[in-house]
Amino acid sequence: MFDFALTHAWLIPLLPALAFLIIGLGTRQDKDTSAKIAITMSALSFLLALGVAGAVITRPVVMADPFVMKTLWAKVGDIELFMGVLVDPLTAMMLFVVTTVALLVQIYSVGYMAHDPGAGRFFAFLSLFASSMLGLVLSVNFMQMYAFWELVGLCSYLLIGFYYYKDSAREAAKKAFITTRIGDFGMLLGILLVQLTFGTLDFLELKALLPTYIWETGGGILTVIALLLFIGPIGKSGQFPLHVWLPDAMEGPTPVSALIHAATMVVAGVYLVGRAYFLFSALPVVLEVIAWVGGFTAIFAATIAITQRPFKRILAYSTISQLGYMMLALGVGSLTASMFHLMTHAFFKALLFLCAGAVIEAMHEEADIFKMGGLKERMPVTFRCMTIGVLAIAGVPPLAGFFSKDAILAAAAEVSTPLYILATVTAFLTAFYMARLLFVAFFGEVKPDCPAQETNAWMRWPLVVLAALSVVSGVWGHFAGFGEWVFHGPITEEHISWQIAGTSVALTLLAFFLAYEIYVAKRWSSYEISRRLGVLYTLSYNKYYIDEIYTVIRNTFVDKFGAVLYWFDLHIVDGIVNGLARFTGGLSGVLGLAENGQVQRYVTVFYCGAIALVAYSLVFAWLVLSVLGGAF
Amino acid sequence: MTDPFSLTAMDIFRFATHIGLTHYLLLAALLFAIGLFGLLTRRGIIPALMCVELMLNAVNINLVAFNHYLPMPDHSGQLMAIFSIAVAAAEIAIGVALAFRVYRDRNTVNLDDLDHLKG
Amino acid sequence: MNDLLSLVHSLVNGGMDMAVEMGAPDLIQAGIFYALAGVAVLSALGVVLCRNVVHSALLLTASFIGVGCLYLYTAADFMGAVQFLVYGGAVAILIVMAIMLTRREDMAHSNPSRSLLHQAGAAIVAGGFLLTMALAALLSPFQEAPAALGDSVTGLADLMLTKYVLPFEVAAILLLVAMIGAIILAKGADEA
Repeated sequence: MFDFALTHAWLIPLLPALAFLIIGLGTRQDKDTSAKIAITMSALSFLLALGVAGAVITRPVVMADPFVMKTLWAKVGDIELFMGVLVDPLTAMMLFVVTTVALLVQIYSVGYMAHDPGAGRFFAFLSLFASSMLGLVLSVNFMQMYAFWELVGLCSYLLIGFYYYKDSAREAAKKAFITTRIGDFGMLLGILLVQLTFGTLDFLELKALLPTYIWETGGGILTVIALLLFIGPIGKSGQFPLHVWLPDAMEGPTPVSALIHAATMVVAGVYLVGRAYFLFSALPVVLEVIAWVGGFTAIFAATIAITQRPFKRILAYSTISQLGYMMLALGVGSLTASMFHLMTHAFFKALLFLCAGAVIEAMHEEADIFKMGGLKERMPVTFRCMTIGVLAIAGVPPLAGFFSKDAILAAAAEVSTPLYILATVTAFLTAFYMARLLFVAFFGEVKPDCPAQETNAWMRWPLVVLAALSVVSGVWGHFAGFGEWVFHGPITEEHISWQIAGTSVALTLLAFFLAYEIYVAKRWSSYEISRRLGVLYTLSYNKYYIDEIYTVIRNTFVDKFGAVLYWFDLHIVDGIVNGLARFTGGLSGVLGLAENGQVQRYVTVFYCGAIALVAYSLVFAWLVLSVLGGAF
Repeated sequence: MTDPFSLTAMDIFRFATHIGLTHYLLLAALLFAIGLFGLLTRRGIIPALMCVELMLNAVNINLVAFNHYLPMPDHSGQLMAIFSIAVAAAEIAIGVALAFRVYRDRNTVNLDDLDHLKG
Repeated sequence: MNDLLSLVHSLVNGGMDMAVEMGAPDLIQAGIFYALAGVAVLSALGVVLCRNVVHSALLLTASFIGVGCLYLYTAADFMGAVQFLVYGGAVAILIVMAIMLTRREDMAHSNPSRSLLHQAGAAIVAGGFLLTMALAALLSPFQEAPAALGDSVTGLADLMLTKYVLPFEVAAILLLVAMIGAIILAKGADEA
């Protein structure tokens, strides 16, 4: 049975693609049918992914011996591009995560999109996204990955701009697309450089070629390649400084935020680094860059999240922060920790977003958490799920986040103390802002005109399932030996460092306590604190003015440069063209004098010619005769 | 006439009184030039046509004179002139018809107003 | 200068002698030629300069007749007849009819000329043409040897029906076409 799943792994991305085609071409108007098709296909994909996961657990495939199936895609000269599936434990884990979250989100969307006339389109896009993401995960080479990478970017664009009649959604979609394009461009350069250097883009071939290459020529060009490739993940996974699109991407429908901008697409960058880890891990300099970019992004986003007010925006910055965590883990050399955290994060962040969707829908599109309050009684199921999500992300044992975060902290501590401290502080901040979110939105007094009530079953059950996964995935991953499947290099012993774990748990509890005191018990006024913090608060609340800085940069450099180019175009390029035209026009005006339609003018010209001819022949005859000496 | 600069008054007088081919050619040239001047200055279509007839007529003089004064074996020069007259007759017929047409259509016979060929 | 003086002298002293010396027939010939040429040229000038288009037409006929007489004078009697019939008759009548058909309010100014500047330009072109043509006529070394060709009607008839029979037929067709074309033009294509 697992063999069947393995040999039919290529069906996993194709089934949602089929759903996309059927919905897009046929049943777009009929949202119930569309939803049924999308969910059926996702469910089939999910079953196949389970089968693949089973193959990993029973170990027909391991990291060292992946299952590969590929077919010729395009042949240009002597460059052959293949497309196919590469299944190893890393892939299997990703397949499981993506299909699970995709399936749950689609089920949730049935409830969420119940009253939206565009639901058919929505399910089509979701299916296309799922297909693209699964194709990306299964990629056998960089080119295939790049193609699907762009496809998920496209889906992201389409889904952020789903409410295309809203200006903000359109702007956010464009921003997301363009910002990630910047990263993609760097990545494309990196891929081309790989092709130039090695003559192949295949992951396994590269993996085999790499040690010899490093031994023979050193790592100079490889460092360039790796850094270029890493620009792609910076854009896609919202790392500083290309993180600006992710908070704005929350303009999309909340299930999209959960699926694409929390659980799956944004981790594509992390996955890419993980997939090409044989390359990155051979280059200490690049690893250090990755670690610091990740670490900085983690704490940077966390400090912003603390002061934000919209529900989903807090979660968005939290996502950026957690993605930074994963990058940090990769940077400090632990593929296992990073992928473990990727998996647990996918579950609990999807859970949190779906809760957010439920809450915001219940609040009639009110997103500001300070206008909520007391939802605990109104939405008990959502509240419980949300609490589980918050505890999980904060790293309270024995929930998922505890194990994965602990693994990252342990890995960081082994490599670099500053990074470890950075990660720990981030963990503290994470716990604080998540607790703030939970306390402000769900505790306290119910606001007088609060319309909130529990959501429908379509939306409730996915929450419960995700909550369960958030609880068990960490424990299961830890005790079943996640690190024995997904690893790079020597298998690291899974053990909990009680010192590190104890510190982080203590800090988490402290953060909870502080948040409780401030936002529930109101022992300290949050307003007073923000006033005391002054500049720091303002900076954080305004997201360090990154958007504004970009605007200024654009206005000063891009626009000025554009103005120069515009001037050049207007006066030099157009000037030449217009000058030519004006010259021709002037010339034709001069010639036009002869062509004024007056017949007599034509006659005049004609006779002038006739006179000239006769005069010429006369002169010629006279010359001939005088030379010959003939007499008149 | 050998050298134009050694002509005597006698030569000029003899030339003036001995009518020959050159006189006819000069007459034809003069008539032609007058016709040309008229063609270039008249505004109406019909005066212009008249001038064209004058010019054609001048050309016929040349043909007839050549036939008369040069050693020709037959009357082919005159015959050419007759053909020329036939063509001129056709031309004047068409020309007058055109003028009439233009007058009917545009209510003008001024060449100035007929500048639809303007480029 | 001396030559001119001697010319005047001989004119005064012995016109008759000189007439005999130079040949009276030539002088008579010259007189007739100049008279006819004068009629043709002056009429032509009248055609060009008259302000009344009807006068122009009449003078045109006069010019044609003058030229026709010159034809007779150069032993081209058939040509002369044709000139009288076709030009002096048909063409003149056609033109007069055209003038009638396109009649203007004010006949006195029915034949307007262009501006003075324009006339000057036209004069330069026409003068230049005359100059070059006169030069060509004067400088060309013609070898005049008038041949006795006999009756021009017979000669033309022979040529027309033997050597030039094809151009003759073509001319006939041309005239037919011109006639039809003139009718259609005059009637208007939509009415035809």
